[in-house]
Amino acid sequence: MIVERPKLTIWDRLYMPQILKGMWITLKHIPMKRFTRQYPEETPPLPKRYRGVPTLVRDPEQRVKCVACQLCEFVCPPRAITVIPGFRAETGPDAKVEKEPSDFIIDMARCIYCGLCEEACPEEAIFLKKDYAMASYTREQMKLHKEKLLELGGIHEDRICKWKKK
Amino acid sequence: MWTDPAILEWIFILVKIIVIFGLVLSIVPYTVLAERRICAWIQDRVGPNRVGFQGLLQPIADALKLMLKEDMLSNHVHKVVFTLAPALVFMPSLMVLAVIPWGSAIGPMTCVLSDMNAGMLFALAVASFSVYGIALAGWASNSKYPFLGGMRSAAQMISYEVCLGLSLVPLFMQTGSLNLSAIVEYQTQHGWLMLYHPVACFIFITSLFAECNRTPFDLPEAEQELVSGYNIEYSSLKFGLFFLGEYANMLVASALVTTLFLGGWSLPFAPFNAPATVIWVGLAHVGIFVAKVCAMLFLFIWVRWTVPRFRYDQLMALGWKVFFPLALVNIVVVAVIMACRANL
Repeated sequence: MIVERPKLTIWDRLYMPQILKGMWITLKHIPMKRFTRQYPEETPPLPKRYRGVPTLVRDPEQRVKCVACQLCEFVCPPRAITVIPGFRAETGPDAKVEKEPSDFIIDMARCIYCGLCEEACPEEAIFLKKDYAMASYTREQMKLHKEKLLELGGIHEDRICKWKKK
Repeated sequence: MWTDPAILEWIFILVKIIVIFGLVLSIVPYTVLAERRICAWIQDRVGPNRVGFQGLLQPIADALKLMLKEDMLSNHVHKVVFTLAPALVFMPSLMVLAVIPWGSAIGPMTCVLSDMNAGMLFALAVASFSVYGIALAGWASNSKYPFLGGMRSAAQMISYEVCLGLSLVPLFMQTGSLNLSAIVEYQTQHGWLMLYHPVACFIFITSLFAECNRTPFDLPEAEQELVSGYNIEYSSLKFGLFFLGEYANMLVASALVTTLFLGGWSLPFAPFNAPATVIWVGLAHVGIFVAKVCAMLFLFIWVRWTVPRFRYDQLMALGWKVFFPLALVNIVVVAVIMACRANL
């Protein structure tokens, strides 16, 4: 496409009127509304289905829901999850439950927040929460262990209490 | 002993030196902050507002950062000249401030460090020294972009220096003096020279933009094409000195415009339109001068964030084909008018 060059009048070619016009525009912008978000104080509004840090949850009776089936470990595309299976206490509320992970490690340096672990979990034990500021100073600190994951996850209020009725 | 005039004179000189240094070294870092804040506001941003109340401690943080940086000295640079160049950029601006009257009088002390008869000539001569610093920095860095920046700077400054000097001739013809204090006193009686010589004022201010390497004439730096021009190879305090020098130059330029065209320390009504006899009027004069300088600094910043950079040939064409003839014609026109008024 050929763009016609506009014919400049003497007024335009003087250049100064246009500069003054421009200066008026920039001056008008000085008292205008700012678009900056003051980040640590003002957090951005997150969409409803935002996928943040993956966490482990407990059921309403404080049992660890994860049964160490390792499906999440297999499905995890960047292999961020390591599950070390272990056994549950023989007595108490955990008595009838299957296995439990003795440790559950998610390497946040590898996690891509895809949410496949949440989808794969047959026990609904792993959920992606909305926290996103998971930075640390070392690679070791980036590995979240079972206690930390349970602490982040908290209690998941579901209506079906599977282990109560067994 | 204290009342001995000779000793008093020395004390006054010391006080003035301290005041000038204090003013410059405190205003310059805050000009940088003002530049960043105003640029942010113009672009609908907030700007640095975290260090101290509204970012007021930001200049100190910046200075600390610059001081703690590693002072790199590449193998290929010309070491003596390379080290000398930043000082050469910074010094002239401080020297020019010696002849600028920043107030009328505080008590028995006149507010100008050196009341030179050829003050304006001195200012023009010394101010053009800063181009040496930039050209030498470009040359001594011994690499492409700084060299280009230095060359541009030299060419640009020579072109605009001419217009700068010529635009002031009508002023000298009218006031009959090169002494800056005398020019300011003329303005206290006859009104601001900006009103008599709008064309000269326009040429002078525009040439000063070029002198100070400010947008729209910041070709020696030109971030987008020369990366950063003459100061690429510099780091740490040497870079800081360039940075400081640029803003000190801007400050001096504002002070010159204020003195020559905006009536210096005076306001066009009593008691501010005559040299002070009482101390508080003297202090007010200093305040007025600083306020006018700040307004000019704002203009500098405002223009920088409005106008895009000129192309190099446009810059040269503007200097030699527009401002140079315009300044000459201005001299002739003013001369004719003055002759007519004297004879009729």
